Amino acid sequence: MRVTFTVNGRRHQADEVWEGESLLYVLRERLGLPGSKNACEQGECGSCTVRLDGVPVCACLVAAGQAEGREVVTVEGLAEYARARSDGAAAGARSERAAGDGTPAQPPVQPPPLAPVQQAFIDAGAIQCGFCTPGLLVAADELLEREPDPSDADIREALSGNLCRCTGYEKILDAVRLAAARGAETRP
Amino acid sequence: MTMDTDRITTSTSTSGRAPARTATELRQGATAKGTIGESTPRPDGTLKATGEFAYSSDLWHEDMLWGFTLRSPHAHAEIRSIDIGEALAMPGVHTVMTYADLPAETHYGLEIRDQPVLAAGRVRYHGEAVAIVAADHPETARRAAARIKVEYAELPLVTDEATATAPGAPVLHPGRADRHAGGVPHPNIVHRQPIRRGDVAAAEARAEVVVRRDYEVGMQDQAFLGPESGLAVPAEDGGVDLYIATQWLHVDRDQLAPVLGLPADKVRLTLSGVGGAFGAREDLSMQAHACLLALRTGRPVKIAYNRYESFFGHVHRHPAKLAYEHGATRDGKLLYVRCRIVLDGGAYASSSPAVVGNAASLSIGPYAVDNVDIEALALYSNNPPCGAMRGFGAVQACFAYEAQMDAVAAELGLDPVEFRQRNAMSQGTVMPTGQRVDSPAPVAELLRRVKERPLPPERPWADAGGSVDVRGLPGGLSNTSHGEGVVRGVGYAVGIKNVGFSEGFDDYSTARVRLEVLGGEPVALVHTAMAEVGQGGVTVHAQIARTELGVTQVVIHPADTRVGSAGSTSASRQTYMTGGAIKHTCEAVREEVFRRGRERFGHRHPGWAGDAGLLLEGGKVVTGAGEVIGDLAEILGGDAIDIEREFRHRPTEPFHPETGQGFGHVQYSFCAHRAVVDVDTELGLVKVVELAAAQDVGKALNPLAVVGQIQGGTTQGLGLAVMEEIQVSGGALVRNPSFTDYLIPTILDTPSIPVDVLELADDHAPYGLRGVGEAPTLSSTPAVVAAIRAATGLRLGRVPVRPEHLTGT
Repeated sequence: MRVTFTVNGRRHQADEVWEGESLLYVLRERLGLPGSKNACEQGECGSCTVRLDGVPVCACLVAAGQAEGREVVTVEGLAEYARARSDGAAAGARSERAAGDGTPAQPPVQPPPLAPVQQAFIDAGAIQCGFCTPGLLVAADELLEREPDPSDADIREALSGNLCRCTGYEKILDAVRLAAARGAETRP
Repeated sequence: MTMDTDRITTSTSTSGRAPARTATELRQGATAKGTIGESTPRPDGTLKATGEFAYSSDLWHEDMLWGFTLRSPHAHAEIRSIDIGEALAMPGVHTVMTYADLPAETHYGLEIRDQPVLAAGRVRYHGEAVAIVAADHPETARRAAARIKVEYAELPLVTDEATATAPGAPVLHPGRADRHAGGVPHPNIVHRQPIRRGDVAAAEARAEVVVRRDYEVGMQDQAFLGPESGLAVPAEDGGVDLYIATQWLHVDRDQLAPVLGLPADKVRLTLSGVGGAFGAREDLSMQAHACLLALRTGRPVKIAYNRYESFFGHVHRHPAKLAYEHGATRDGKLLYVRCRIVLDGGAYASSSPAVVGNAASLSIGPYAVDNVDIEALALYSNNPPCGAMRGFGAVQACFAYEAQMDAVAAELGLDPVEFRQRNAMSQGTVMPTGQRVDSPAPVAELLRRVKERPLPPERPWADAGGSVDVRGLPGGLSNTSHGEGVVRGVGYAVGIKNVGFSEGFDDYSTARVRLEVLGGEPVALVHTAMAEVGQGGVTVHAQIARTELGVTQVVIHPADTRVGSAGSTSASRQTYMTGGAIKHTCEAVREEVFRRGRERFGHRHPGWAGDAGLLLEGGKVVTGAGEVIGDLAEILGGDAIDIEREFRHRPTEPFHPETGQGFGHVQYSFCAHRAVVDVDTELGLVKVVELAAAQDVGKALNPLAVVGQIQGGTTQGLGLAVMEEIQVSGGALVRNPSFTDYLIPTILDTPSIPVDVLELADDHAPYGLRGVGEAPTLSSTPAVVAAIRAATGLRLGRVPVRPEHLTGT
């Protein structure tokens, strides 16, 4: 079958997809996007977490056909996704401020090359082998989008579907706290 | 899933995809920094955070085939016949291979060449590889494998010591000729190591308190996240290039070349991205199969296990039965230890002999005891093969000896930490093997540090107003308790692990360092065969090169077999060994810079005259007094200095086969834990509240990574304590080969892990460092179980502790 859907803002079409193929297989093997990882293919480890129309899902449990016509965000598109979100928020804030006190909008700053949560994972030492990292990043970014100032219990709950075997999770918690703190500093 | 015969097509999408991804050179920008001792970010961090890092399961080649392995459904059976006809006839299938198709050597093994590449008329464990298929879609390969008809005749099982050594027991490896064969009491015993020292009988007569107990440790899996995978590409010269996730490229090559019937130089390995290891990648898994299929078909072949197959594709931690007897005086002095450790090695030897050596030599823990009678052995059985896993024989012993320390302390009415401290070893202590420990061994101090840390608050789940957050309770969001029946317990443990390869093994590593000036900037290229498996060796390599050569820009060359062996990424040894090799090679490069500088510019400045005290800093040659006397760009010009050197640690000796005496280990490392748990005593659920660690690391080259290692190892120990076990039953069959049924700790199962790092230099080691990776995995398990015992009053002689052990149901 043919499957057409949007990945990281770009329309993709995959032909001759076997009905049994998962979204994860199509992303990795047909679209050249192997960032989402195949650690259990049972929905237990979260290494293949992607956003499907905004909702975090295990791509291994989504049949490729279910993605037809929908929007997928993978780790490869996370930086751009976060930038678009941040630009949208900043634009909104600027227009409110411009309307309120007449201050001219600031020129846009150079966008960071990575999503804040990606940079925080690197800085906090949350990456060892890194196989769980793509899924954790997508899940953590979704948490911070929903809850910019999460408690430790919130972080643990949000990331409980993502297994990591290397870090013992402490540095992952540090990374999410760091991303949240940096987000609080830059929020208008 | 229906088994239709429709051909699954493999045409690539209209979006196409990138060309073959194999290995990545790691560069950081000109602003990169981090010398030794500084917390330094990983050079592969950005690639790993963006999804661009190429793991072995991500490899792709435009005309590649997919390999799949047919595995035995029986643990012990004779293969009467194999019919591959139907499989071979399926559209999309390119080849099917069995034992009969092997071109050369038919067996491999790390220490003993006893494992068939494909089953040779007999299978010895559930999941043993019987046949391999190459097809143009992974699902086609899987379906073809399912159509191979194998006729088995089941054989009697060997599953434990009694069935292994009973009269008339089936001998699993008849005609053994390995170096341990002559010294074992039965051919189903892989290796046996006794250790005897002092006079145990006399000590027993003096003992005022004696504690004898039995313990058991279940079979733990390494459960790395990135399953076994790799890509074999046939080469024009008749050889093969293998891109692979492994722990030791050269030992893979040395086992592969005979199997492929090729000279070693035609089997070229390059390390691909490795998704964790923890010992499970020390043995071959799919390497030989992928290479055989590639050479047979003339096409690149990728094999990537799924999680189910991964549980059958690698060795596990040896399950163990341990019998211990400790005798002490009334005032708390240990007089003697007797112990017997039976490890189940499963169907093939893997690294069982070395695991036995570790279990025996580290069996009494980090304590000074003059009289010991120790025996450790590993069995051949029809259970899954067991070999290397983080802690390597020391984990099993630590669970037992630390439970014993608590039990003896309780008999004596002593505080368990106080009792341990009274008997703690220190620098100068003589080990059971007769080896005098000649570097710091701060066992009592590590215990003091975890004990003096403030305890976490009681009832963390309840706020001042009395409302409850169930996420902090045993059972969590299952909402099984709001605090009723929940009892707190605190427990302690400390362990000892050897670092590096032991017992006379010629343990070395190799580094190649190239220093040149590019675009006016000095750049160091570091080339080793070290397997980066996540531990952060590549970060440390760059730090060492910056420190020794005074450069900013360091390029980490992909690890491959074009440079000499780095040895294995195991035994907590790589920072010591490959770090040591890089330091050693950088020193040679530096000396060559000085030699060339002296030759050309010696006349310009008197600072060149002496050998001593010159340094390389920021691309300049600087005297000890800080005066710049030369410029690297000027000294090197367009020439590079390119040196490859080997580095060895000081030699060790084998243990005597009867007395176990010998200078067997290079270095020891020590970690202590304090566990705080809340136990729902009605439901048998455990919440680990905090797991504090203190470890001596000699010198923390990258403190951020050191703490990460300790926290990760601690968490794997927690998993063994209360969650993780491969269930083997009902005919030696593996019952839970999935992450649905084999549970590893999630972020909700894992507590806060505060870490206290001590740095007492070992003068024998580069920078004084001490291997870090394994020690925290040892003491974590017994500390958690001690805390559960404290909460429940139960004896708990087996890990993992399951709910039914706590509720008696």
